[in-house]
Amino acid sequence: MKKTRIMAVAGAMALALGLTACGGSNTSGTGTGSSGGSGGGAAAGGANAAIGKIYNPSDAKGGTLRFGAAGDWDSVDPGDTYYGLSWNFLRNYARTLVVFKAAPGSEGTKLVPDMATSLGKASDNNQTWTYTLRDGLKYEDGTPITSKDVKYGIARSLDKDTFPNGPTYFNDFLKDVPEGYSVYKDKDLANLKSIETPDDKTIVFHLNKPFSSFDYFAQLASTAPVPQAKDTGTKYKEHVISSGPYKFTTYQSGKLLELDRNPNYDPATDPDSGRKALPDKLTVQIGINAADLDNRLMSGDLDVDIAGTGVQAAAQGKILASPDLKKNTDNPTSARSNYTQINTDVAPFDNIDCRKAVLLAYDKTGYQRAYGGSIGADIATSLMPTVVPGHQDMDTYGFKAKPQGDPEAAKAELTKCGKPDGFETTVAYRNERPKEKAVAESLQQSLAKAGIKVTLKGFPSGDYFKLYAGKPDYAKANGLGLLVMSWGADWPDGFGFLSQIVDSRVIRAAGNTNLGIKLPEVDKLIDQALGENDTSKRETIWGQVDKTVMDNAVVLPGVWPKALIYRPDYLTNVFVTDAYNFYDYAAMGTSKK
Amino acid sequence: MGLPTTVFAYLVKRLISAVVLLFIITAVVFAIFFLLPRLGGASADDLASRYVGKSAGAAQIHETAVRLGFTDPIWVQYGRFAKGLVAGSDYYTGAGYDHCPAPCLGYSFITQNPVLPDLLDRLPVTMSLAAGAAFLWLLGGISTGVVSALKRGSFIDRAAMTTALAGVSLPIFFTGLLSLSIFSYGLGWTAPGGSYTPFQENPLMWAYDLLLPWITLAFLYAAAYARLTRAGMLETMNEDYIRTARAKGLREHDVVVRHGLRAALTPIVTIFGLDLGLLLGGAILTETTFSLPGIGQYAVQAVANNDLPKVLGVTILGALFIVIANLVVDLLYAVVDPRVRTA
Amino acid sequence: MSQPSKPTTEASVAAQPDTSETGDRAGRRRRKSAATVNALDGIGGLGAPAPDSFLSVRDLRVHFPTDDGLVKSVDGLSFDLSRGKTLGIVGESGSGKSVTSMAIMGLHKPGTVQMTGSIRLDGQELVGSSPEAVRLLRGKKMAMIFQDPLSAMHPFYTVGHQIVEAYRMHNDVSTSVAKKHAVEMLDRVGIPQASSRVDDYPHQFSGGMRQRAMIAMALSCSPDLLIADEPTTALDVTVQAQILDLVRDLQSEFNSAVIIITHDLGVVAELSDDIMVMYAGRAVEYAAAEEVFERPKHPYTWGLLSSMPRLDRARIDRLRPIPGAPPSLINVPSGCPFHPRCAYADRTGGLSQSQRPPLEEKAPGHYAACHLTPEQRTAIWETDIKPTL
Repeated sequence: MKKTRIMAVAGAMALALGLTACGGSNTSGTGTGSSGGSGGGAAAGGANAAIGKIYNPSDAKGGTLRFGAAGDWDSVDPGDTYYGLSWNFLRNYARTLVVFKAAPGSEGTKLVPDMATSLGKASDNNQTWTYTLRDGLKYEDGTPITSKDVKYGIARSLDKDTFPNGPTYFNDFLKDVPEGYSVYKDKDLANLKSIETPDDKTIVFHLNKPFSSFDYFAQLASTAPVPQAKDTGTKYKEHVISSGPYKFTTYQSGKLLELDRNPNYDPATDPDSGRKALPDKLTVQIGINAADLDNRLMSGDLDVDIAGTGVQAAAQGKILASPDLKKNTDNPTSARSNYTQINTDVAPFDNIDCRKAVLLAYDKTGYQRAYGGSIGADIATSLMPTVVPGHQDMDTYGFKAKPQGDPEAAKAELTKCGKPDGFETTVAYRNERPKEKAVAESLQQSLAKAGIKVTLKGFPSGDYFKLYAGKPDYAKANGLGLLVMSWGADWPDGFGFLSQIVDSRVIRAAGNTNLGIKLPEVDKLIDQALGENDTSKRETIWGQVDKTVMDNAVVLPGVWPKALIYRPDYLTNVFVTDAYNFYDYAAMGTSKK
Repeated sequence: MGLPTTVFAYLVKRLISAVVLLFIITAVVFAIFFLLPRLGGASADDLASRYVGKSAGAAQIHETAVRLGFTDPIWVQYGRFAKGLVAGSDYYTGAGYDHCPAPCLGYSFITQNPVLPDLLDRLPVTMSLAAGAAFLWLLGGISTGVVSALKRGSFIDRAAMTTALAGVSLPIFFTGLLSLSIFSYGLGWTAPGGSYTPFQENPLMWAYDLLLPWITLAFLYAAAYARLTRAGMLETMNEDYIRTARAKGLREHDVVVRHGLRAALTPIVTIFGLDLGLLLGGAILTETTFSLPGIGQYAVQAVANNDLPKVLGVTILGALFIVIANLVVDLLYAVVDPRVRTA
Repeated sequence: MSQPSKPTTEASVAAQPDTSETGDRAGRRRRKSAATVNALDGIGGLGAPAPDSFLSVRDLRVHFPTDDGLVKSVDGLSFDLSRGKTLGIVGESGSGKSVTSMAIMGLHKPGTVQMTGSIRLDGQELVGSSPEAVRLLRGKKMAMIFQDPLSAMHPFYTVGHQIVEAYRMHNDVSTSVAKKHAVEMLDRVGIPQASSRVDDYPHQFSGGMRQRAMIAMALSCSPDLLIADEPTTALDVTVQAQILDLVRDLQSEFNSAVIIITHDLGVVAELSDDIMVMYAGRAVEYAAAEEVFERPKHPYTWGLLSSMPRLDRARIDRLRPIPGAPPSLINVPSGCPFHPRCAYADRTGGLSQSQRPPLEEKAPGHYAACHLTPEQRTAIWETDIKPTL
């Protein structure tokens, strides 16, 4: 099966080719050292016509927009889902306090108020956040939406025993959430004091620490309102009470989801989100053969592959061979980085010059080939992907000039580090991921040219973080000097992307996703960013974090993966949103009636 | 002699052993999915870590392990499962408890839906697929086999057997995707992948939507049945009783069908029963290739999501069908071959 | 196995003609048979069929083209048979006797066989007539009993069903009428409790009963010609006798013409009016039964007689099989096909090796195909063979 669980498995940070919950994409080909595959955007329409701009802009309503999914995702319950496709799609039936603007390119990474009248108002040193609801908000049955419903929606999502799938940001950041809190044991929410609803329009959040980016939490799906009287626990997903432009008409687990217009949705209450609500009907067919899904897209029997991870290899070959097909594709970069951690715990990587030698020596194009060449990925020159706001183009080690590696320069660094004849080390990767294995092999070959002998060692995916690469004691004891890794952001923001992989203070005994970056300057910069309320200043700081990481030569940046997405030409108002790195499902329409 | 009482006693005996067998199968399947990982060194929390969101902390994972029962000894877990099968069980939905009546196959770890209703919901798809395909492959396979045998060595025979070889060798996901791209997306004659209309809704659409999957699946089996029938016919048409039938002055058609085919089909009954039983447990490749929401597709989704109760449910359902098919085949064999019945 | 001693002297050849015997039962039978056996000449020579002959075969040739060559299973065979009479066809396997019966029944698969000559059944020519026309005769005008009744009956249908099927094929009656008829037939052939056994399957019958049922099936449409191909081979001796008695009784009752095909002279001894001995697809001796047993003319017949166990003779140890193996039907030996196995072939002055002996009337109504002179033959028979039997 193609896309299976995309946000998926705990511990595992994401799939090699996978989606991200969030992320962004300016235009394709922004990656350094590679221009292939992204160029050639023909005139109006044409390849990449939906990247950074709108393909077929239209306000014409009507028709059915037919989504297809190869695999099922965790849940359609806004309080229990962690899939990017799900967050993208649920904007059609659930409104949140704030939302990523439905707009092409980097504009799509902007947060705008949805149910709230404005973005959050911070007080108490960013530890208190207040939102006011708009007037006239209604559920599909016509009952008004109150701030208590928003509170209830968040409160029920705190019950991870009942809703295990969603993110835990509210559990982690809200002040004094009781251990094992469950709304089903606390029906009047008396024990949840950190969210206050002084009136039906106002909701106030109290955090346990200052957090300047709280608006990103306020866009999480769990801030969608849930009427307590209609909450049926795990069965609520069978009919989520809509607050958005569409409501459920059919829900068949693992098979089919159908939505019709919600007559009680009033566009007047939704001026900022960019939702278009063009189609009369949305259908999602689940469990479609991945190869057949591509064929159906190309034959017009289906409109959108909801996963947005791109076509299968067979269809990719067909598309690249045919200009007629290629003009209906987009090749956006995702907010993901497939990189390799250099483990400073393992000698001689405690020496920065030895780390630099590896950075100079490895074959960047080999890394790219492992991920499908120029269509599958751009060569990365730093850790943070181009689509994350705050990204700064840098090329600290001259990757662009010598994309195949520079063994001579590497040898010079080796001499500086006291290992003129090279050294031996081990590269760890996940057995179940052939692409990571290909990376390891490429590293082995290219580093050998500089005299660095690399031994390959594969580990089971499921335990990669818990028992091996993510367990510092093990990695050190077994001399795992290079750790192949892949990481995607929950949303396109420096905090969302970087904090879990570069902050030394998140390192635990095991189960880490920060595989060994321990830089006091980085920690300091992170604290600075978390306290900064000015968005652009904050973004600059995240750029500095990225630069600091590169300056210290603690990662091999690898690649920023891309997807080749097919776009049937009769679709209207199509664009890739940098919030999710694939088409915006709240704006898209169809000219097929 | 086939006295009704002995037939009844035989049936009861077979049914009891079938039930026992099914329980053994559940235990084995349960052990494979629940015990083996533990023996492999995975802790209860390790197992549970598959069923939480990606940012779940250790405490949440442990809670999930407790909720899913991984922290209990394996026999307690199996006992709970077996009790659900026999007496039903209750599942916590947050908002209350949901009763899952016997035979309860458990609740999905991921969607928290009860497994059995999902399976029953999907069964008509698989049954429709299997029934239509079986009809086609019996018709096509047997008639091809008979013609091939009668025209042994002729061009027709060689062409049919070459096609049959192709049919047996080519995998469904190849023939399926190829036929979809030709007949559905190219010529537009048949429904695209993923189409299914319930029979009771519109029988014509039902047949139209399933036509290509039927043909594709039937092609695979028809090929095998054609070869079987041909071999069987070649053998039986040389039997003495065929000469006797001819000597009686019977029409050649009656000789071939009533005497030759009748005998040649007997072993095919056995194979057909088992094939059908296996298919009803989920035509995995066909359903995935044609994106049909049947048992097989459910199985694939369950495996892809590590959803153990679903995998267990599908396995048990498949085993049930095979056990039933075996029983039916045995009974049918007695009907078909009097030597078995009266021996 | 040592060859039987051959104390043949030229002197002993001067035997008297063997036609003198008249007046006894065998003689009467022979005379009656004379009409049957009339007008045969040469190697499958074609004479006019006897006026009263019911079945008349002339110069029948049944050849099978194979990858190895043309198999000449029957290669010029002629005989006649009247109603109420029994012809025994005797020979080793591969002599062409079964192929002949299948040819008469029209059971050879078209396309695999080349058939020429003439088979006239009650005046109707069968060779070359449409398969459908021959089919309509099968089971009704001519019927056949096969060697192994277990394999010759369909295991999945009841005995009754199989009789009903045959009967209804040729008689436009209801199933219940046909079934009543089947019970009558089973009763007639001596199946006890026929009305209940009619619903039994073949495997529930004993071997003898099965053969009876087979006979009942063959006779269900009162055929004018009954061909029994090794009808008793699969049965034990007691049952053999019962079955043979049954065939005889039924024959007289139905007044059918009967052909019994066997490799065992003993079977035909009691039953047959005439005997035809076949070798390599041809008749080598053809005469009234008594004649064949008392005054056989062909060395091959001598061999058959010598290899026949006789209950009335004690010296079993003198049982002598015919040396050698039956000839290839693709490359039939030159001259007399039997000469490679014939102990007396060297007495014909090379004639046996070079010339094929025609089937000639060596005595009135007694035909044989052999180069030995009458004198040689008589001498050998009287001195070498007869005493040893």
